[in-house]
Amino acid sequence: MLLVVEQFLNGLQFGLLLFLLAAGLTLVFGIMDLVNLAHGSLYMMGAYFAATFVAWTGNFLLGIVLALGASLLLGIVLELVALRHLYGRDHLDHVLATFGLILFFNDAVRLIWGPAGLALPLPAWLTVPVQIVPGVFYPAYRLAIIVVALAVALGLYLVVMKTRVGMLIRAGASNREMIGALGINIKLLYTLVFGLGAALAGLAGLMQAPILTVQIGMGENILILAFVIIVIGGIGSIRGAFLAAIFVGMIDTLGRAFLPDLLRKILSSAAASTAAPALSSMLIYLLMAIVLVIRPEGLFPASKR
Amino acid sequence: MKTGFWLAGATALALAGPAMAGDSIKIGFVSTFSGPTAVIGNDMRNSFELALDHMGRKMAGKPVEVIYEDDQQKPDIGKQKTEKLVQSDKVDFIAGYIWSNVLLASLKTAVDSGTFLISANAGPSQLAGDLCSPYVFSTSWQNDQTPAAMGLYMNQKGVKSVFLIGPNYAAGKDMLAGVKSTFKGEIKGEEYTVWPSQLDFSAELSKAKASGAESIFVFYPGAAGVQFLNQYAQAGIKAQIPLYTAFTIDELSLPLQKDNAIGVPGAQEWVNDLPGEQNKRFVDDYRKKYPGLRPTYYGAQAYDAAQLIDSAVVAAGGDTSKKDVMKAAMEKADFKSLRGPFKYGNNHIPVQNFYLQDVVKDADGALSLKTVATIVKDAQDSFHDKCPMK
Repeated sequence: MLLVVEQFLNGLQFGLLLFLLAAGLTLVFGIMDLVNLAHGSLYMMGAYFAATFVAWTGNFLLGIVLALGASLLLGIVLELVALRHLYGRDHLDHVLATFGLILFFNDAVRLIWGPAGLALPLPAWLTVPVQIVPGVFYPAYRLAIIVVALAVALGLYLVVMKTRVGMLIRAGASNREMIGALGINIKLLYTLVFGLGAALAGLAGLMQAPILTVQIGMGENILILAFVIIVIGGIGSIRGAFLAAIFVGMIDTLGRAFLPDLLRKILSSAAASTAAPALSSMLIYLLMAIVLVIRPEGLFPASKR
Repeated sequence: MKTGFWLAGATALALAGPAMAGDSIKIGFVSTFSGPTAVIGNDMRNSFELALDHMGRKMAGKPVEVIYEDDQQKPDIGKQKTEKLVQSDKVDFIAGYIWSNVLLASLKTAVDSGTFLISANAGPSQLAGDLCSPYVFSTSWQNDQTPAAMGLYMNQKGVKSVFLIGPNYAAGKDMLAGVKSTFKGEIKGEEYTVWPSQLDFSAELSKAKASGAESIFVFYPGAAGVQFLNQYAQAGIKAQIPLYTAFTIDELSLPLQKDNAIGVPGAQEWVNDLPGEQNKRFVDDYRKKYPGLRPTYYGAQAYDAAQLIDSAVVAAGGDTSKKDVMKAAMEKADFKSLRGPFKYGNNHIPVQNFYLQDVVKDADGALSLKTVATIVKDAQDSFHDKCPMK
């Protein structure tokens, strides 16, 4: 039973991390109609910034705040320099241009930081396990990820639903031409949204960095999951991204945790050990296929364009 | 991302031009030169180049040319590159191969063409057993051997139970089977993770904790080893459930694992501080030629592969068409291996010692690996009976 609680938390933590990545992606895709394959590169840059700034300042929190600022700035510069010229063009052009950006960022990182990767060590106060319920110890850092990601989700909800900027963002997701016609500075709004997306991706990357290693190409695998999530959740919907991310995180983790034992009941032990990892990594895509059959627009599509 | 590939391609082109058949020794080298595991491929290339430097870049008086190819850690790409080397470059030897699944995919191409293949790392059980071939030699080990040595060490330590975690591919299965073959205590459970994409091991660590096992054994080469050790340290179970490893801590992962690696034992057939002039020269010259880097066992095996090839070419007087002579020469393992002398079994897999290594701070304050004890002497893999060669 205690194991179930712990695996549940593992799934929640992974799901929330995916949410941070998917939220930026769905904002950019939904509002700006831009397919941004380089979102994973921003995730990677966030991790590299954090590893660098933490090493420079010697202070974990200060380094992270600086890295977040750098990610935001990078997103804004990227929008002004490169992506601005892609609006209104074909999706294929977006894919080509942002794929080029992936190559650019990978080689830029190789030039600046070298091919070997970096480590982002945690401060001592984040490496102790915390007792959450009697008998269940959970790594403090993973708990911190859950708390930060939930706070960000709440903050995003408040900004999008309760502020004027949020209203413009929602309007942009529903009907781009109309808000332009109403005299809203759409260029500024796009730059802002892209910067916000970049900062969210950077946050996901820097929070994942101490768990994984900081390395070239680290954003490429996880970006696929983020795309799955925005497809399941409905493109442009933050709420959809949130729920879909939690679903996907849970299915992935609980699948890995319990599927091998279930399979061992019907298959031989060796066959089950081999089949279970393959099957559990398929579950997410099965979920996506089912959602696409039943609701092609995703679970919570942003209201009609 | 693809620079390694282009570099290798460019080198290949540059070298293919002036080379005429017969007046040079052609060696193909397949390893991973792009992506996160490219650091391993680079280390193997560095060591192979150093070996050639030490030989004056000549074997039996003939110049040596090496064509490096990037397998991108993918079996299908590795097979294509092997085909290219064998069929269009017509190399005399093909060496390298980090990954068991890449080697298994490439094996048939090399063997069917009668090209000698020297595995400088991968050692799938099939290669030692029914897929053994007169044309295939290893300068590493059979996958099961190293974890089997670790299992013996755990018996010596009196460990009563273990939880096994490893990646779901050819080598991962061999490794866990290797521990099981020698460990006398109870196996509380075993988990395979998706390879190479799964990097978060929280679910597996939780299960290991819940299983009540007294220890954990893992096999995670490359960056995955860094991630596993990070997450193991963060779970805060180091004191209750100690970790035992094979191929998880090396000189490439150590700078990233840092203090997390201290006190985690590993088994290995080569460690940088093993005695012997040849080994000392290798380690010193490597650090001189590639400042800031330290050689790994991958590199030591690649260095031995170059020496093995050299011994064959010298025996044949530089005539690489004398395959029987070269095969007989290689079977003698008549070269100064960095790990110390070893013999070949009937399946062309080394019969060799395995050492216990530990992580210590050296004189410069950097973390390095150190030999603590010899776990087992002259160990032979357990698949040699299945090999039809006698």
